Amino acid sequence: MLKYIAKRIGLALITIFTVATLTFFLMNMVPGGPFLSEKAVSPAAQAALEAKYGLDKPLSQQYLTYMNDALHGDFGESLKQRGRTVTSIIVSKFPVSARVGGLSVIVALLVGIPLGCLAATHRGKTLDSVISVISTCGIAVPSFVICTLLLYFLGSKVKILPTYGIGTWKHYVMPVIALALYPTAYIMRLMRSSMLDVLGQDYMRTATAKGVKPFFRLFKHALRNALLPVITYVGPMMAYTMTGSFVVEKIFTIPGLGNEFVSSIINRDYTMIMGTTIFLATLMVVMNVLVDIVYKIVDPRIKLK
Amino acid sequence: MKKKLAMLLTAAMLVGSLAACGSSDNGSSATGSASATDSTKTDAAATEVSTEGKQLTVQIGPDPETIDPALNSAVDGGNMLLHSFECLLTIDQDGKIAPGQAETWEVSEDGLTWTFHLRDGLKWSDGSDLTADDFVYSWKRVCDPVVAAPYAETVLGMVKGFDEAQAGDLDALAVSAPDAKTLVVELSNPCPYFESLAAFATLSPVQQATVEANGDAWATAAETYISNGPFYITEWVPGSHITMSKNPNYWNADAIKLGSIKFVLMEDSNAAYTAYQSGDVLLIKDVPTQEIPSLQGNPEFHVEPILGTYYLSMNLEDPAFADVNVRKALSLAIDRDYVANTLMQGTYSPAYNLVGEGWVDTDGSSFNANANGGQSYISEDFDANLEEAKQLLADAGYPNGEGLPTITYTTNDAGYHKVVAEYLQQAWGELGLNVEVNIVEWSSFTPMRRNGEYMVARNGWVGDYSDPSNMLDLFCTGNGNNDGKFSNADYDAAMEKAASTMDTAERSAALHEAEDVLMEQVGCIPVAYYNDFWLQSEKITGIWHSAYGYWYFMYGDIAE
Repeated sequence: MLKYIAKRIGLALITIFTVATLTFFLMNMVPGGPFLSEKAVSPAAQAALEAKYGLDKPLSQQYLTYMNDALHGDFGESLKQRGRTVTSIIVSKFPVSARVGGLSVIVALLVGIPLGCLAATHRGKTLDSVISVISTCGIAVPSFVICTLLLYFLGSKVKILPTYGIGTWKHYVMPVIALALYPTAYIMRLMRSSMLDVLGQDYMRTATAKGVKPFFRLFKHALRNALLPVITYVGPMMAYTMTGSFVVEKIFTIPGLGNEFVSSIINRDYTMIMGTTIFLATLMVVMNVLVDIVYKIVDPRIKLK
Repeated sequence: MKKKLAMLLTAAMLVGSLAACGSSDNGSSATGSASATDSTKTDAAATEVSTEGKQLTVQIGPDPETIDPALNSAVDGGNMLLHSFECLLTIDQDGKIAPGQAETWEVSEDGLTWTFHLRDGLKWSDGSDLTADDFVYSWKRVCDPVVAAPYAETVLGMVKGFDEAQAGDLDALAVSAPDAKTLVVELSNPCPYFESLAAFATLSPVQQATVEANGDAWATAAETYISNGPFYITEWVPGSHITMSKNPNYWNADAIKLGSIKFVLMEDSNAAYTAYQSGDVLLIKDVPTQEIPSLQGNPEFHVEPILGTYYLSMNLEDPAFADVNVRKALSLAIDRDYVANTLMQGTYSPAYNLVGEGWVDTDGSSFNANANGGQSYISEDFDANLEEAKQLLADAGYPNGEGLPTITYTTNDAGYHKVVAEYLQQAWGELGLNVEVNIVEWSSFTPMRRNGEYMVARNGWVGDYSDPSNMLDLFCTGNGNNDGKFSNADYDAAMEKAASTMDTAERSAALHEAEDVLMEQVGCIPVAYYNDFWLQSEKITGIWHSAYGYWYFMYGDIAE
């Protein structure tokens, strides 16, 4: 197990290094730059800015400098949000996104798994159809539509929830619903199909024949095996959800990290692009390792090599 | 039994591991709730500060990129600077220059030496004294190549020693403080609009102590953001809000009625509109465009001109536009009234000149009204214009557009840009021309346009100060913003004359002559003048909006 984890960490480092290298050269291939605006800056000021951030040096040298600094934990200063370091921006914004995203993941698991199981056990009945409709809607309707509808009804019409910002628990209700809807729907579907698969297995029939009560059959015998696909999905989903959503954060004015991913690219804020990408890649790799470990625990037959 | 126990244990482990797998969210939601309580605490603390007066909550833009006066080049940041800082001079409700930190000022006869006399007892928001030396430090900082201020040349380029200062010898800049209350500025050539620059946010004083102690980061946290204006920042949560409280050390603090202003940093117009309707925010700048038709005539909906023109740049190095008649035909075929009032829903106004409303002539009157002997350059009679356009094209040797290549129109996709592009396809189609629209992402668009990699491109300019030279300079040979590469000896001569003369009448004539040449030669195609439009609760009193696109909330109040 330990050997396995060590190997995975090694692989993870290579993955992150590759992601960082590719991102670095790809972002520099895109036309435009961080110091462009509708109004031209004087050539002297432009040159001074580029010199200040080392953008006047050859690309290979910039790459080496960046990688060297990054290895020493220095991800540089944001080129657009002058005076703030990339690390300080991520450190201040990630917790906000992680809180909203983390709650959404919990909601998605708590709602998605039971409903998926119910749909499977009631296959072909009304309940199954109702759950199918809900999950199809959840997957098909984009989050900005949900956000707008929620805002319109709960924020503007009924006026029971605040319309913007993050503060009390009330502020979390709408963003969490909007963020949780898609994963909930997805987990429901995954859960339903994998549960159906498991329920049709021989050992389930044996359990039925032995007279095991339906409740135990479902939750003791079937659930553990049926959970595996859900776990596979939950790992990366968690990384995505916790780093925030551009749309949801923008609509509810949540000072989270999701916005930074998109705006850094639009602004050609090179250091922010690198910082956020490396951060997401790291989180993703960590989640995948965790998923593997959870696999092993849920299904002891799986060998981690 | 053993087996059952084992199963139970595994189940427990499963639950445990799921929780561990979700450890980051469980953990963070735990810390989340803890810090949520923390933030409620700080919220409570913030309200404690602001309960000393009314709080005005407004939405006038997203998070500013920077609020360091030297570094800012955007209206978003400018609005923040306006409330937290005060320059030597300010601009009053009528758009006229008014005393700010300087009570009086005078200029020498040759126009080269400006002397400003500061008020008595000026203080920073932290209570320490503010002197003329602070201005000397701040202005030199703007020239510092290490600071790399984008507006350095615009605001200080005419000061003696600027080039040396920008090369690194800051002390070469001819700005001095003979005593604590006097600031003397020597120019290398006369600058008739220097008063406007002395009121320009880039030249706000910054406190040397906090800048030197904190570096660039001084302008990123409320604690280190020492300022000298009517308000000072008490809280800044990036992406959420900036709260400013009344600055008790401000010289005119008695006239300030509000206790604090909360700038909500929303980006989504629908969200802003919802917040406005629910009463959470009393003024919003980002009004959803689909709501505009229903808001017309509503007293809460305001539309006011700002110093800006939406125009089209033709790549004048392209042989297709070599003939002035072709350029003129393209210009005349545009129904500006339809574009501004129908397509753009009245959020823009039709532009029949380049220099629009709000720009001030040398005698203080409207430059726009004085242009072309009081008549607009382009006639408002569109049907006649279209006939003329067709005739001009025929005269140029391209009857019904035959012989002209397909025109590519390049624009980014924001606001009404795409709608205008589609309109141009149709309008120039009337002339028999084939138009292709090329939509480019914003960050790629600017360098493309600057490098001349286009045929016709959307362009726009919002003025920094109300002197028309700020806009007309764009078309001087070699100007960095001369995207169409317009180059005309008469034009350059007129602009040169306007820059060097101190005689106001002569200067005015030269500026008008320049615009005459530009419009005659169709160096660009003006389409519409910019307006700001916003929703404002009728409870707010005493605030105003300027042609620069700035809001002045400092003397505002909220009626009960």
